Amino acid sequence: MSDRVKFSNVKKRAAKDKIVFGLVCLFSFLAMIPLFLIIWEVVSKGYKNFNWRLFTQVAPSSMDALLAKMSGEPIPGGILNGITGTILIVGMAVLFTIPLGLFVGIYLSEHPENKFARTVSYLTDLLQGMPSIVIGIIAYIWVVKPLRSYSALAGSVALTIMMLPMVVRSTEETLKMLPRTLKESGLALGASYTSVVFRVILPSGFGGIFTGILLAVSRVMGETAPLMLTALGAAVVNWNILKPTSAIPLLIWDFYNDPNLVDIIWSASLLLLIVIFLLNWIAKIVARRWKI
Amino acid sequence: MKDKIFKGLLFAAALAILLLTAGVIYVLVKQSLDVFHEYGVFGFIFNAEWDPRPETEEYGAWSFIIGTLFTAFFALLLCIPFSLPVALFNGEYFKGYKISSFVSSVVDLLAGIPSIVYGLWGFYTLRPIVIQLGVNAQGFGIFLASIVLAVMIIPYASSLSAEFLSMIPDTVKEGAYSLGATRAETIRHVSLPMASSGIVAAYILALGRALGETMAVTMLIGNTTNVPTSLRDTGNTMASVIANQFGEADGLKLSALIGIGLLLFLITAVINLIAKFIMKKLSVR
Amino acid sequence: MENITENKLNNQNENSANEPILQLRNVSVSYAPGKKAVNNVSADIYPNTITAIMGPSGCGKSTLLRAINRMHDLYPKIETTGDIYLKGQNIMEMNPMEVRRLAGMVFQTPNPFPTMSIYDNVLAGYRLNGIKLKKEEKDEIVQRSLMAVALWDEVKDVMNRRGSFLSGGQQQRLCIARALALKPEVLLMDEPTSALDPVSTNKIEELLLDLKKNFTILIVTHNMSQAARISDNSMFMYLGDLVEYAPTRQMFTKPQHKKTEEYLTGIFG
Repeated sequence: MSDRVKFSNVKKRAAKDKIVFGLVCLFSFLAMIPLFLIIWEVVSKGYKNFNWRLFTQVAPSSMDALLAKMSGEPIPGGILNGITGTILIVGMAVLFTIPLGLFVGIYLSEHPENKFARTVSYLTDLLQGMPSIVIGIIAYIWVVKPLRSYSALAGSVALTIMMLPMVVRSTEETLKMLPRTLKESGLALGASYTSVVFRVILPSGFGGIFTGILLAVSRVMGETAPLMLTALGAAVVNWNILKPTSAIPLLIWDFYNDPNLVDIIWSASLLLLIVIFLLNWIAKIVARRWKI
Repeated sequence: MKDKIFKGLLFAAALAILLLTAGVIYVLVKQSLDVFHEYGVFGFIFNAEWDPRPETEEYGAWSFIIGTLFTAFFALLLCIPFSLPVALFNGEYFKGYKISSFVSSVVDLLAGIPSIVYGLWGFYTLRPIVIQLGVNAQGFGIFLASIVLAVMIIPYASSLSAEFLSMIPDTVKEGAYSLGATRAETIRHVSLPMASSGIVAAYILALGRALGETMAVTMLIGNTTNVPTSLRDTGNTMASVIANQFGEADGLKLSALIGIGLLLFLITAVINLIAKFIMKKLSVR
Repeated sequence: MENITENKLNNQNENSANEPILQLRNVSVSYAPGKKAVNNVSADIYPNTITAIMGPSGCGKSTLLRAINRMHDLYPKIETTGDIYLKGQNIMEMNPMEVRRLAGMVFQTPNPFPTMSIYDNVLAGYRLNGIKLKKEEKDEIVQRSLMAVALWDEVKDVMNRRGSFLSGGQQQRLCIARALALKPEVLLMDEPTSALDPVSTNKIEELLLDLKKNFTILIVTHNMSQAARISDNSMFMYLGDLVEYAPTRQMFTKPQHKKTEEYLTGIFG
């Protein structure tokens, strides 16, 4: 019938195929290694000091630590001031972010074609890409300078700017995935737009929105740079939002820079990692449970 | 009416984003006017001198611009041989299998580790290795910082790439297989070309991330004000010099640092714009 | 359900003097253990014929077709048993890559490679298989293949453009050309016109009648009238079994099995 096409080296190509597959698996495996290395380092070095003291005592001063080291005792103190500081600063940031982020997300999901909405959407992306240190500068100029003092409030403002784009995006995406008939049937029952949003749409999208917030929080919990320029840090537990406040990453930074305090870096990091991974895990579970 | 108020609030929130962005740009520009006045815009950008001493004050951003670009691009180069295989693993070979969700979860966790912890890891674990390799005496420098940066951006590059690869319709791939192609050949001649724009966008986004990264770099790059010319050099990035020197800064120095912040903002904004533009073109097609 | 074997076909087929080009022996395919999508099918296909494979949705016709070019090997959960002989060679024992060069496939939705030009699409089989060709050889193959599918005149001036601007029917003909370029022994077509408009469908049916002179064609179709129009022989499948296999005219006028008759008279889709 027809002259048959010459086969190129089938065996060679099959071998090449297997090699490529092997390399993909190998390098994927290698890519996973740093995670385990880091976790191993933090856990193995941090578990020793991971005890009640960590949670109940404030960070030791450099002098206390030096004295303890010289007499062979474990370093006193913990990271209580950092823990309370993180709770205060991140907590406030969440309080600021949720209403604003939710509302913008709702607005964007309701007006996809609108030129203004598209501009806002684009600007949200712009804000998301902003380096954290630049956000720190902004919060410094806007809050620290006028108040003439570093403060937890300034730190919260910085973290809010960081979290906003994430919450806006996840809210918008979640709401966009809801069937349009949901809103329509609510309105068809004669309910006001406001109550449809609050009683029908938001609850339906709760899973995605909540996940977005959790992920945003886990993202900013470990941020150090913007807090260096805004909250600065404090040696004591501070609940006054207008005063300098510590945070866990700030303490880690202080400990890192102080040869006497270096040992507790790891337990503080361990706590940070545990909380972050926990938040991520919860977010995953929530996302799975609430999948439409 | 309740609805009017609510809709007004929604609009106001959206407007707030606009005002926020405008405010950000305004502040950055206004606070850096001093230093741009003093040296001129290009004078500041291309000046490699950074001398905060009161008698000989002179500020220029060039060393840090080079440091930023050097570390970010080298990190991008280093991450490709790892993020691309992961993307192929998750988006092609094991798409839909349990092991793929395991691998992508692990890689995503890399994105969750705070920058400062990366810095600690780089300092305590990698630095001794770098010293042993003979790169430089103290270990700090472009090389060390870039390695850690590369690990940090792997998840950003790989998960987006994997998504684009997984979107390739089975029927096109089956077309290739039906002609006798192996999997690797199908990936090379069909899947990768089809996903190429998306993959490029993913790497550009990863680059944007690397450009703005602060803590890990600050802890590992050596914090000197020279223009780095080789991997062995120490230096500073725009982000790290701000982190280091912002504390007590005022006057011209503060303005210079904020000027650097403005430049960093612009660079990352442009990079992200390009990436988003590419991805928008893809969704239209 | 009993399987009608090739014996009946032998006696009535005009080309009975030839050896069968494709022989299916006890071919079964299962997607999950115990659940057979294709159950013990045996049949002989003769050269230069068009064989239609018909049946209601889910009867296994596409599954059977895809077993012939070992497409099921791509999906580890699918198990294929039995033997398939193409020109005397048992393809179940060959490397799947080789099998797919001998059996070309055209899919239900036209699937030209979107990043390749029309020219490169036709040659894709060579490129993917790593076969290097000289420019003259490439030009010759492209022209020959495109002419064989009556697409040459329509695209000869735009061959360097990507195929996405072509109509559905043109894209499908491009895919046929791409399959033909490798000069396969058999052409496997999986509902090639079901996504196309009637005019394109007509063009392709005419094309197949023309291609029959040089190729052997198996075509899965859910359209009985298409089978009646173009095929020499027809297979009727139901729930994985090959219920009847006979020359088309005979099957349509005097079906041997009740199920065949029910299908042809439209009792079930």
